[in-house]
Amino acid sequence: MPVEKIVTSRFDNLEAHKLETYLETGGYVALRKALDMTPEEVHNEVRGASVLGRGGAGFPAGVKWGFCPPGVWPRYLVVNGDESEPGTYKDRQLLERDPHQIIEGCLLACYAVGLTQCFLYIRGEMAHAQERVAAALNDAYKAGYVGKNILGTDFSVDIVLHWGAGAYIVGEETALIESLEGNRGMPRLKPPFFPAAVGLYGQPTIVNNVETLANLPWIVENGAEAYAAMGAENSKGTRVFAVSGHVNNPGVFEVEFGTTTFRDIIEGSDYAGGVRAGKKLKGFVPGGASAPWFFEEHLDLPLEKVAVDQAGSMLGSGAIVVMDEDTDMVKACHNLVRFFARESCGKCTPCREGTTWLERILSRIIAGEGRPSDLALLLEVSENISPGIAWPPKQTTICPLGPSAVSPIASSIDRFRSEFEDYITLSDRRVIPVGSA
Amino acid sequence: MARLNDNNLRIAAELIGRYPRPKSALIPLLHLAQEQDGFVSNEAMEHLAELLDLTPAEVMGTCTFYEMFKLEPVGDYRINICHGISCHLMGADDLIHHAEQSLGVRQGTVTGDGISIEGVECIAACTEAPCLQVNYRYMNKVSNQGFDALVNGIRDGSVNVPKHGTLALVRQHIPEDKAAGNAMVESDDPPAWWPKPAVEEGAE
Repeated sequence: MPVEKIVTSRFDNLEAHKLETYLETGGYVALRKALDMTPEEVHNEVRGASVLGRGGAGFPAGVKWGFCPPGVWPRYLVVNGDESEPGTYKDRQLLERDPHQIIEGCLLACYAVGLTQCFLYIRGEMAHAQERVAAALNDAYKAGYVGKNILGTDFSVDIVLHWGAGAYIVGEETALIESLEGNRGMPRLKPPFFPAAVGLYGQPTIVNNVETLANLPWIVENGAEAYAAMGAENSKGTRVFAVSGHVNNPGVFEVEFGTTTFRDIIEGSDYAGGVRAGKKLKGFVPGGASAPWFFEEHLDLPLEKVAVDQAGSMLGSGAIVVMDEDTDMVKACHNLVRFFARESCGKCTPCREGTTWLERILSRIIAGEGRPSDLALLLEVSENISPGIAWPPKQTTICPLGPSAVSPIASSIDRFRSEFEDYITLSDRRVIPVGSA
Repeated sequence: MARLNDNNLRIAAELIGRYPRPKSALIPLLHLAQEQDGFVSNEAMEHLAELLDLTPAEVMGTCTFYEMFKLEPVGDYRINICHGISCHLMGADDLIHHAEQSLGVRQGTVTGDGISIEGVECIAACTEAPCLQVNYRYMNKVSNQGFDALVNGIRDGSVNVPKHGTLALVRQHIPEDKAAGNAMVESDDPPAWWPKPAVEEGAE
């Protein structure tokens, strides 16, 4: 059933991207309220709300903010709007449909943590989102909501719109910072683990996802208690999920954490409306391309971090991709692995070489050139990227991109081994190259 | 195919001024060069290096990392067909095959009238699969007929999309009197709104 919307409350209003509409619908009320509070009080509200980061890792935002070393200035805010995880379609909508909500979220974070400049990094391919945010920022500057002496107070911060240029890896927060410094977007060696300690230009830097920031105006306006009353024990509030693939009504849905199950959101008539054309479910990706696959027996799990983690996958970026009974799981696996192979930045050898080989082996299997030893080889290469092929993954790499390519391989070989074997052994699967007859 | 023109130089100065360190403006400036010429030329990269006090090799190093920057002309209309997992499940491979047949070019090749196609990774319109972008403008739930209509529209001028290289048609502009100013690394003052320590030091 529909719940109170926190971040998508203006999605039905096609004028919501305009400043006057935003103001008419409660916009910048939270900012005014926050400016009457101390920064620490605002920080405490966000900490108390336990809002989990919405980019994929699910780390509590209020705790992350607290990692800034005291007394070190300046501090920066970098907004991660580089949404590129296959199946993920939420941040672009938030940016296009309600840009002022993101701007207000940025301002609240800056005020609470003492961040004196904000860089809003939007994926390069999202031209329309860039236009909407640029227009919103221009209006907000004119009206005194952003910039010098905001609303007549001594709170001053510039929000700079920054464009990416096409690289999935830049969603990793240290790669995002490298990219923002004008470099190739390659992740930095850890430690330090958090840019809050050493980030942009070596200074304390908070990197937050777009959806995380979109929650802040509601939290500040309504209080941590009201927010924490929604959701589950370890996942407070609501979450935006994009359900795509073989469903009757693909869409973006904001649901309360914990009270909704995968079955509700995939089959419910208010949501995705079930597998298309009365087909049976074969499997689904529960949280973006990096997440191990789920199957029918997982349908009754609640959409909640701990339950999904314990079942061996993750909610990740809020992307649920449904595959019906006719899906070729070898091709689906190849599709996901090809993504990681193409997007590997090339910094770490196991990922650069490993994902490339995984993709090549899967390609030759699909082309009918597979060898009986290829399944063992796929797992061996996977083992070199992610020792033990376990969940949560171990990694021989700086960032989780390489191990992410292992998820679809482990899931599909484990569950659909015979489909791979058919490709390798059955002659009718073979594609005869043109001209070879 | 050249250095930034005077108008773009003015925009470049504004962009560079928004960052505590000039090199941060490199990606936005590469977009500006691509907007001017449709691709990023060697001359443009040399010019950006001068503006940012970098070597041309450093500029090229960053430029070649990112998918969107093209080092040679790709035609005025770039059609990126998504082949991410959601679009794959909804028939992206067939759509790409149809597109190649219909245009008579393979992925990455440009037609005589300046149209090119490419299979690209997820472009974040997964519930609208299969989807594509023409010069980074979306088209959702694309059928083979829809693709043909799009190409016809490009050819007869009825599809209103800026030429390849131009991204957002609205630019951010920070008015001088409203700017808070860059947070320079060299200044270690706490922000003006940050509470002062309760006990004043050096009160005696």
